[in-house]
Amino acid sequence: MAKIESSLKNMVISLLVITFVAGLSLALVQQVTQDPIAKAHEQKQVNAIANVVSEFDNNPLETKTRIAVDGDSLDVYTATKNKEIVGYAILSYTNSGFGGLVQVMIGFNPDGTIYNTVVVNHQETPGLGDQMTTEKFRSQFKGFDFQKQKATVKKDGGDVDAITAATISSRAFCNTIRKAYCAYNQLTNNTASTDAESGATK
Amino acid sequence: MADIKNLTRGIIKENPIFVLLLGMCPTLGVTTSGTNGLGMGLATMFVLILSNLFISLLKNLIPDKVRIPAFIVIIASFVTIVQLLMEAYVPSLYEQLGLYIPLIVVNCIILGRAEAFANKNGVIDSIFDGIGMGLGFTMSLTLLGLVRELLGAGTIFNYNIFNLFGISDPQMMLVFILPPGAFLVLAYLIAIIRKN
Repeated sequence: MAKIESSLKNMVISLLVITFVAGLSLALVQQVTQDPIAKAHEQKQVNAIANVVSEFDNNPLETKTRIAVDGDSLDVYTATKNKEIVGYAILSYTNSGFGGLVQVMIGFNPDGTIYNTVVVNHQETPGLGDQMTTEKFRSQFKGFDFQKQKATVKKDGGDVDAITAATISSRAFCNTIRKAYCAYNQLTNNTASTDAESGATK
Repeated sequence: MADIKNLTRGIIKENPIFVLLLGMCPTLGVTTSGTNGLGMGLATMFVLILSNLFISLLKNLIPDKVRIPAFIVIIASFVTIVQLLMEAYVPSLYEQLGLYIPLIVVNCIILGRAEAFANKNGVIDSIFDGIGMGLGFTMSLTLLGLVRELLGAGTIFNYNIFNLFGISDPQMMLVFILPPGAFLVLAYLIAIIRKN
């Protein structure tokens, strides 16, 4: 078959047909994948929650509440087992990462220490800042006790070992931790009592 | 008719990275580790085969003067379809490559092969060319990623090889993970491969 000529009519028709077919197939694929994508996102949240709090038997997604922190608000999920609260998972974030947004799911034990942390979303430099997702960096937050430790990097006078050559990313991670702790305090409404306790021990 | 040379040509003789020097942007940007290079290469290869196939099928129906916009629409559609399918059915893989998938649209290898090969050749030849060029691209990106990962982080495909020699926390040359390292490694690899 000979190549069709570049007349105005041919050009308009062929472009119209191509864009129409492309648009149609994209709409079709979007329709088909919409539900699986939503499910995958939900599953990702559940997995993140399951990683940061101890064993639970409820569906934490149903317990989602929003807690206001510094003119901002964070999602809080409550994990229960046999109707008893075993922990809170707080989806904290900061925009002060090296690549912008950093989202971390932080799990608190009922006593206010950290159970575990998982980075949900980040755009840090591959090979440097993205080491915040590694066990090596995150493990120092396991059992982190805000009464005894300070959630800032050592350079800033805190107790957190920063990632080599990625202090900004480490600081961003610490930011999310502190923000989550604020939310946790609001949630359990024990700001006053912890202050009183630490005052008493001094 | 179909010629096996179209399949093998892209791998070494006309390797898109080391010989044609096409698609430098994703090459330098994503090859911070072997896994990233491999993933980007495979995703690009998939789109390249499909776009070559469809463009060689439609080449006589697309008037010459509007061929570039037509090619771009076809390529962008495939990239979006791949992205949606991956996000829906292999979320773990999408997690790792998500950032790079939209970059495939602007990869000049794909438009370059559409323009230089699929637009002039038959369907089977075009598929062969897509596979060959895709393999060449994947191999180059994986090689580049592996060298940078080894020098910069001391690992190979995330496996810490220094542990084998009893060195637990090696001080590696971070510059190879950073953008300047990409240029350095690419320059040396091109020099070695084009020595003859």
